[in-house]
Amino acid sequence: MSWKNYFSTSVGKKIQMSLTGLFLITFLIVHCYINSLVWVSKEAYEAAAHFMGTNMIIHIIEVGLFAFLILHTVQGLNLFLKNKSKRGSRYAVNASNKNSKWYSRSMGILGSLLLIFLVLHTSAFWAPNRFSQITGGGELDLYHMMKEAFQNPVVVIIYILGCIALSWHLVHGFFSAFQTLGLATNKYKSLIKSVGVGFAIIVPFIFIMMPLSFYFGWIS
Amino acid sequence: MEHYNMNLTLKVWRQRNSKDTGHFDTFQVKDISSEMSFLEMFDVLNEQLVSEGKEPIAFDHDCREGICGMCSMVIDGQPHGPWGQTTTCQLHMRHYKDGDTITVEPFRANAFPVIKDLVVDRTSFDRIIQAGGYISVNTGNAVDANSLPIEKHDADEAFAAAACIGCGACVAACPNASAMLFTSAKVSHLALLPQGDPERKTRVVNMVEQLDKEGFGGCTNIGACEAECPKGISIENIARLNREYVGAMLDGGSKNTI
Amino acid sequence: MTLNSKIPSGDLNAKWETYKSTCKLVNPANKRHLDVIVIGTGLAGASAAASLGEMGYKVKTFCFQDSPRRAHSIAAQGGINAAKNYQNDGDSTYRLFYDTIKGGDYRAREANVHRLAEVSANIIDQCVAQGVPFAREYGGLLSNRSFGGVQVQRTFYAAGQTGQQLLIGAYQALERQVALGNVTQYSRHEMLEVVKIDGKARGIIARNLVTGELERHFGHAVLLCTGGYGNVFYLSTNAMGSNVTAAWKAHKKGAHFGNPCYTQIHPTCIPVSGDHQSKLTLMSESLRNDGRIWVPKAKGDDRKANDIPEEERDYYLERRYPAFGNLVPRDVASRAAKERCDAGYGVGASKQAVYLDYSSAIIRYGKSEANKLGINNPSDAQVKELGKGVVEAKYGNLFEMYEKITGENPYEVPMRIYPAVHYTMGGLWVDYELMTSVEGLYALGEANFSDHGANRLGASALMQGLADGYFVIPYTLGNYLADEIRTKAIPTDHEAFVEAEKSVNDRITKLLSIKGKESVESFHKRLGKIMWNKCGMARNEQGLKEAITEIQALRKEFWENVFVPGSADEYNPELDKAGRVADFLELGELMCIDALNRNESCGGHFREEYQTEEGEAMRQDDKYMYVAAWKYNGESNFELEKEDLNYDVVKPTQRSYK
Repeated sequence: MSWKNYFSTSVGKKIQMSLTGLFLITFLIVHCYINSLVWVSKEAYEAAAHFMGTNMIIHIIEVGLFAFLILHTVQGLNLFLKNKSKRGSRYAVNASNKNSKWYSRSMGILGSLLLIFLVLHTSAFWAPNRFSQITGGGELDLYHMMKEAFQNPVVVIIYILGCIALSWHLVHGFFSAFQTLGLATNKYKSLIKSVGVGFAIIVPFIFIMMPLSFYFGWIS
Repeated sequence: MEHYNMNLTLKVWRQRNSKDTGHFDTFQVKDISSEMSFLEMFDVLNEQLVSEGKEPIAFDHDCREGICGMCSMVIDGQPHGPWGQTTTCQLHMRHYKDGDTITVEPFRANAFPVIKDLVVDRTSFDRIIQAGGYISVNTGNAVDANSLPIEKHDADEAFAAAACIGCGACVAACPNASAMLFTSAKVSHLALLPQGDPERKTRVVNMVEQLDKEGFGGCTNIGACEAECPKGISIENIARLNREYVGAMLDGGSKNTI
Repeated sequence: MTLNSKIPSGDLNAKWETYKSTCKLVNPANKRHLDVIVIGTGLAGASAAASLGEMGYKVKTFCFQDSPRRAHSIAAQGGINAAKNYQNDGDSTYRLFYDTIKGGDYRAREANVHRLAEVSANIIDQCVAQGVPFAREYGGLLSNRSFGGVQVQRTFYAAGQTGQQLLIGAYQALERQVALGNVTQYSRHEMLEVVKIDGKARGIIARNLVTGELERHFGHAVLLCTGGYGNVFYLSTNAMGSNVTAAWKAHKKGAHFGNPCYTQIHPTCIPVSGDHQSKLTLMSESLRNDGRIWVPKAKGDDRKANDIPEEERDYYLERRYPAFGNLVPRDVASRAAKERCDAGYGVGASKQAVYLDYSSAIIRYGKSEANKLGINNPSDAQVKELGKGVVEAKYGNLFEMYEKITGENPYEVPMRIYPAVHYTMGGLWVDYELMTSVEGLYALGEANFSDHGANRLGASALMQGLADGYFVIPYTLGNYLADEIRTKAIPTDHEAFVEAEKSVNDRITKLLSIKGKESVESFHKRLGKIMWNKCGMARNEQGLKEAITEIQALRKEFWENVFVPGSADEYNPELDKAGRVADFLELGELMCIDALNRNESCGGHFREEYQTEEGEAMRQDDKYMYVAAWKYNGESNFELEKEDLNYDVVKPTQRSYK
């Protein structure tokens, strides 16, 4: 059987979701680390942002990141719609809260919300910066842009909501990624679950703290 | 145990055949003993319907001791009803009290078309087993049973997976109508035993392909199957199936049919 | 005498070997042109169909359930016997053979039973190879436990779900053959007639239970693997769908019915709780390994079980049968329970129950566990906790089931149990080759009468079903089919098929056209009451005579006043049930006739007139050492033919478990 065939069964598609998801999780760690430099100093943050914005290897990885993000999104939506269609007539009584968690059942919705948030987020910071770089305008002052953007309470609230959606998406997604690769055995299951929940709380929390810090002026 | 009688309202799904759209009918049943099983309560209702010259409700059942896997029903939104690790036939009426309303629906999934009322067609499960849920050993091929020691822990785990009764509650519970728990239980049972080793790679791939072909949804690790399984089959079996699949994929062994 | 048991001559030990090496064979190319129909997909049917498919025959299987895996073999709990002697406790083929003959109260055929004992070991090998997860010891080897009526440990098991695991093994083997195209599987199909052409079984009429269509299927041979008829009693441990229809149709087409009155009443079932009860649930015999059975010493003692002090308890099995104690055979244990309850010592609300107590086992296991863990002077609570753990590991699923059904926790209060109909030793008469008195028509497993005599030992049903399917029929069927290789498949528009289909159709039309007032269920319940009261655990001449008249009257009433809703061309479970109950109404009469004919007590057949002073069964070997094979000559007209039983090796004595 060819690789393509292996990846196109329902399990194969799940493995795609898992691998791309794990890559995105890794990216979140890097993103989170750089963001948290704002609490160290403006200079530290800018140095890191400069590195991320100009390093060739990072650029290549960035292309991969987007490819994976798109794959994760397209495959996710595809699975979501396909799976929905497997039950033609719905139950009159819904008791799913008795057997499963709402966020596990809502990965499609949470993912879609995240997608919308990501479009807004990248069009506010990443896209203008790369556009400026490509068109010869050089790097933009991201620190300043952030400071400005996060003066608007609406923007802050959108970011908070986005991060909450991210958090729930991760509570399920982190464990699910390992389960799909067959790594969530009895021995490691609870460890993976706990690390996943911790990750899903800590990372979005750090992200949320940024707009709040700028808004309330906790960063000078 | 103190017993008592109760009157109940039942909302039951009626559907003439797979082409019919179906609807709910409401019935009143009286003097139901708390010692009855849920299906015995249905017997009472059906006797009542027959005595009124009406057609009784069709529902699947056979052993009535929780092992054949024939009984189904989604009771108030839960496959096999509210008791954990219990089949519908073992659910007893002492769970309910006088005046309760109970809604009963068939297992709903495209891969389980309704035959009549609460009876669904689960032959897709047979076909998944046909795709590889066995060890290819002809009668008479066997060596002495004790010539192959198997670690007790592995044997116990294989047994736990093999305890699946093939009822389909996992499919009924899964928001994706996926049969991954059923399939993984068989893959696990056979993968945990040395006898199953020679066919492990083709088995998992063929069974997954058949699962897709039958029109079940994919697994998204929601876990509803495990919570509703009357035999407590763990989703760790799904992890094992995934592991087997990844193993087959990385090995790249040629895909055989049977 | 028209019955020829075809037992090979020669030494008992050599009969089967000789048969196997001298029976006729069918070459592989010819097998492809021979059709075999298998009715029923339990242990016997699934194993036979799979094995025959592997050999190259074209096989069709039929079952009324939605999948072969649902057959009631799945509910067998305790285990499967095999003369492996893995425990080094003196077991051997001969001992298994001897125990089975003795357990059957000297009413089984020596040659058949010896063959069963011979192949028993192969069954375990085959099942392990298929991946059946039997219980194992820490060293990785198979574990055994003991069952009633024997003094060795030869029972292999998979928790309390041995039947399930064995059936799934056979089912998987069957599905593999389906995938390979050697077997065609028809589920939700019920066989309603045997088609005979020139005196030979050549096919069946089956009804597709979903669409109601009648189908004709040709076969060079037909195998009935349809289980027992315990549901004639309405309440039994059988599945709701278990029925006698296939066997009864065969009987009416010329297959003799052997020993129909031999019914096994299992001693440890959950007692009846009320009129609503639809079936009875067995608590595995394996529970008698560790549980102790008792009733209060005082009549009508209404105290709670735990309030009755040790010295006021009567462990009546240990008292009466010190050698075997709680592990006496089923018939003995059942009768002893009935005797106590009838004498007024019964417990529970209905007084129709005895206690099965685990408290001393829990303490015994607790102490040994504490010892293992190096706990010195453990507290009582600690011992109990540890003991419960051990008991849970061994019998957890059974205890859980008991609690679900009764709402009582058996770890804390003793279980209440009472005997219930469980198995029928009687069935279609077959010769050594498992062929009935109709050529080309075979009966395997519980459906035949052959191996258990008047009482079956625990864990022997699974053994017999698989022995017949895996290791006997593959040889004996070939011996018949070798002469059929020139018979071309007969087209199903042959007049015999047309006629058979018409008779089935007529009967269905009749059932639907009565449009009476009473439900099928109600008739079934009434039949069950007659059977249980007059042809149950204890029988007597007067009762049996009454029963025969009552059943005849009930049958007449049924055909005048039954109400079957719905139509014939749809999924109609009431119609299916009506046909089955109609057959039970005929079989019930034959069972009473047989019980009346057998003026002796043996095994599960206990005639009150024939007992020793101590209340033990009293056989009449000089008069009844035969198989009663009944021939059908029309309604209520059965003709007795006798197959004498010869004991060349075992010397029949009064069974003693004291």
